[in-house]
Amino acid sequence: MRAAALALIALAFAAPARASEERPTAAELESELVCPVCETTLDTSNAPVALRMKAFIRARIAAGDTKSEIKASLVDQFGPAVLAVPPKRGFELVAWLLPLAGLALGAAVVGLLAWRWSHARGDEDEPPVDGDEPLDPALERRLDDELARYES
Amino acid sequence: MTRRLRLVGQIAAVAVVAGLLGLLGWKLTQDESAVTAQLDQGGSPAAPEFTLERLDGKGDLELASLRGKAVVLNFWASWCGPCKDETPLLQEGWKRWQGKDVVFVGVDVKDFRGDAKDFLARYGVTYTNVYDGKGSTVGRYGVTGFPETYFVDKAGNVRYRIAGPVEDAAELDAGIERALAPA
Repeated sequence: MRAAALALIALAFAAPARASEERPTAAELESELVCPVCETTLDTSNAPVALRMKAFIRARIAAGDTKSEIKASLVDQFGPAVLAVPPKRGFELVAWLLPLAGLALGAAVVGLLAWRWSHARGDEDEPPVDGDEPLDPALERRLDDELARYES
Repeated sequence: MTRRLRLVGQIAAVAVVAGLLGLLGWKLTQDESAVTAQLDQGGSPAAPEFTLERLDGKGDLELASLRGKAVVLNFWASWCGPCKDETPLLQEGWKRWQGKDVVFVGVDVKDFRGDAKDFLARYGVTYTNVYDGKGSTVGRYGVTGFPETYFVDKAGNVRYRIAGPVEDAAELDAGIERALAPA
């Protein structure tokens, strides 16, 4: 039962992704590709080369190309810099891993600081054990009296 | 332990700041080493080498192979309006200077190959053109816009630059004569 539910959920996510890959819209591709001259996504650019790229995308969609094929074709012409999101392979993988590594490092530093802070607070609550601090004179006199009475 | 940790943290922070400063310095040096910046300071920098695919389908062109001739290096794109006005002038210039130790090379930048070939056919361009879709030459030359033309002497040093379209034959010839003049 649980497996069937998980399969249904996976299918619910996979179906739109496959539809987007096989029948991409111009709007989604324009938000995932960058104008090589102005370096903003195509949907926010009206540079001549961006307009030409938009026309190319529409023509390829009409010809039945998939999203991957259209992107690959543009990367072949303009290089990987036209992709708004870098691919998860080769050197571009660094762009994905570096923020995660930064987050992990930050979490480790925060954890370490929190641990040190909580332990320092714990130490402060404990009474001094080395006996170097002088006692209150009245208390000392009383202690001496008590000890003398005990020993006598 | 606390003191050591603090020291390690301070060293790491200083290292990060030093790294960022180094990166900034490197970027500034790179910008200044671009041909345009050196030309503006009165220098004759070496033309950055490139090997690019020829648009006529005859393999690659290596800039170094043109050593011994003056080179008119024109950066353009088919989507660039002023390039359309300039190209007939360059083609005329090529006809005038052909066989006189001068070579014209067009570098089509950030463009579709097909569009570039159509453009060359439409304007009847007969001088060599290469394709740089990724724009790998733009930063090294310091190209500020399209079109832009660099005049390289026989030794491979850039002697002059015209930002924007070449206005007339006289301006083009003046650039070529500077590239042909002895250093």
